[in-house]
Amino acid sequence: MIGVNRKIGVNEKSFPTPSEGGVLEAPKKTLFQENWGLFRKNRLAMAGLMIFVIFFIIAAASVFLTSGRDPIFDPALVRLQEKLRPPLAKPKLETLKPEEVPKLGIYLFGTDDLGRDVFSRMLQGAWVSLTVGFVAVGISVVIGVFLGGIAGYYGNKRIQVGHLLSPVLLIGGVIGLVYGQTGEGLFLLLFGLGVALLLLFPWNERGGQRIPAGLSILFVNLFSVDLLIIGLIDIMLCFPSFFLILTVVALLPASIYNIMIVIGLTSWMGAARFVRAEFLSLREQDFITAARALGVSNWRIIFRHMVPNAMAPVLVSATIGIANAILIEAALSFLGFGVPPPHATWGNILSKGKSFIFDAPWLTFVPGFAVLIVVLAFNLFGEGLRDVLNPKLKERH
Amino acid sequence: MSFGNDLLLSVEDLKVFFHSDGVVSRAVDGVSYEVKEGETICLVGESGCGKTVSALAILGLVPQPPGEIPGGKILFKGKNLLDLDEETLQDIRGREISMIFQEPMTSLNPVFTIGDQIEEAIITHEAVNKDEARRRAIELLIDVGIPSPEERSKDYPHNLSGGQRQRVMIAMALACKPDLVIADEPTTALDVTIQDQILHLFKELKEKRQMALLYITHNLGVVAEIADRIHVMYAGIFAEVGNVEQIFRDPCHPYTMGLLASLPSRSRKGDPLYSIPGAVPDPAYKPLGCPFNPRCPYVQESCKAEFPEMCDFGDDHFARCPITYKEKKGK
Repeated sequence: MIGVNRKIGVNEKSFPTPSEGGVLEAPKKTLFQENWGLFRKNRLAMAGLMIFVIFFIIAAASVFLTSGRDPIFDPALVRLQEKLRPPLAKPKLETLKPEEVPKLGIYLFGTDDLGRDVFSRMLQGAWVSLTVGFVAVGISVVIGVFLGGIAGYYGNKRIQVGHLLSPVLLIGGVIGLVYGQTGEGLFLLLFGLGVALLLLFPWNERGGQRIPAGLSILFVNLFSVDLLIIGLIDIMLCFPSFFLILTVVALLPASIYNIMIVIGLTSWMGAARFVRAEFLSLREQDFITAARALGVSNWRIIFRHMVPNAMAPVLVSATIGIANAILIEAALSFLGFGVPPPHATWGNILSKGKSFIFDAPWLTFVPGFAVLIVVLAFNLFGEGLRDVLNPKLKERH
Repeated sequence: MSFGNDLLLSVEDLKVFFHSDGVVSRAVDGVSYEVKEGETICLVGESGCGKTVSALAILGLVPQPPGEIPGGKILFKGKNLLDLDEETLQDIRGREISMIFQEPMTSLNPVFTIGDQIEEAIITHEAVNKDEARRRAIELLIDVGIPSPEERSKDYPHNLSGGQRQRVMIAMALACKPDLVIADEPTTALDVTIQDQILHLFKELKEKRQMALLYITHNLGVVAEIADRIHVMYAGIFAEVGNVEQIFRDPCHPYTMGLLASLPSRSRKGDPLYSIPGAVPDPAYKPLGCPFNPRCPYVQESCKAEFPEMCDFGDDHFARCPITYKEKKGK
């Protein structure tokens, strides 16, 4: 009697068969949705993202709040009678003209040694930090992706003697012209152009046009493109970058744009290395060969097919790079090499505050904490991003 | 099966060598064949015998260095593709000759929707606007039998199964109505039922579009189903050339015989499956004489000394084996 009325656990009708029109659907989730789901589970990274968004909104709003002829929060308004008021202090209305009264009704972060509202100055500084962070990282990512991409994709190509000779001659010619040596300059320019033309001439070995024997020195292979770019990266990494930036900024006129450009030009090496490494592996992928078999041009393959696939590590390093750029800008301002004084930045508020650290500690603590929180937020966000985008770390969550 | 008799592609004595560490690997060592319009030509052979490389050479996709094409001609519509510069080649790739790859899982770009990728294939070669390209992409998806193509065109490759991805690859290859499609083991990575569907799709599309097909495979079952002419490749050369009937009923090269004997359907129940002893020689160190001689059951002294000539067995049936030639014609 055993097993007579055994129940079968599987209901056969529950399986859709293709004949019944049941199309088997793959789960409909884009890559972004999948990653976002993972990212949300990482509390610290989410906190970082929140702070980043809030900071972004505040900084963007501050442009309208602190600039213009009659700003709502005037960072430059001096009220000497109200100097070094502590945070949350109420203004002494009897000593102030009506237009000098802070719009919030209190000094939220206190005032500095000239009676300027620290809150307004912090707002103005937030915009500086934000733009420096984004523009500098933007520059470094563009340079990094470009150089890394070339090293990764065209790395096998050889640099020939002529490739080095012609730009040297051309640059020499231009320098000659600029400094008045017209004859020598023109000669060098023409010579350089000639070399460049010889290099571009389609020497077709199968077609029978052989390179003339005397010119073959131009075509001696020196080293690969990859080696050139890797060498450049290594040389750039040898400089202690902060001191390099200090030197350059000391020579250039102090302006926020120079700082952005200098930070950008000295921090592209990480991005370049990541992109090169990704390209080296992407280059061998089937879908790249498939795109080439479809007749897609090399530049289109690099920028449309390979760059989007290589962006994940760059995005992560860029996020952390923004934090770094904000720190560098603050440090430069602190040392007095940053944005010139009437304009407030977190670094120069901090720098000024240090002389009053015992009388008015808020002047150092407020910008100090702001830098700390923003940099921490970017780092947490970046690390969360890395965990999500790195498939090897996905299982941990 | 064939629609016209005009010569489309003619490969003459093609050689592709690879250099590494001072060693020369002769991956393709002098092959010649012709593809007429609307014809299906099959290249059959074991892994590593030069099938894929000879196909890549047609499209100019052999990486140089380390690759080198020291000799031969690839005449496509009368032009030698080996003499063309990169730009002209780019224009031919995808528009006149296109290629389908072995691994549908990795041959699509993971970050774009399949609709985008088919559109790109169209936009690369034709001056059409985005809407027109999208409309044609969806038509192509219908042609290759993807259900609900409008929705599917917005899917990413990882949303699709292997068979569907291969259908998308075929759609991309057909996007500009090429005259010649090179299919490099397009069904190898798929399971048997899907293989069968894809093969039928090829047959159907070929009849509809009058394109020639150069089909590369190691699966003799597939060959029997679609080929007009078969080229059996071994160690970079053709061992035997003939039509389906000749190759399957009357194989003249010991290698072809071995391949046929190792088909599961040909062995009797209970007997162990036949396999050719040994492995394909390293293309850098090929044996002297006939490259098949170390594995050949009928090997004779002369096979180890001299490279065999292509012997004419009549009716466009050739095999590179003088031993069987003497045996058969001597009778």
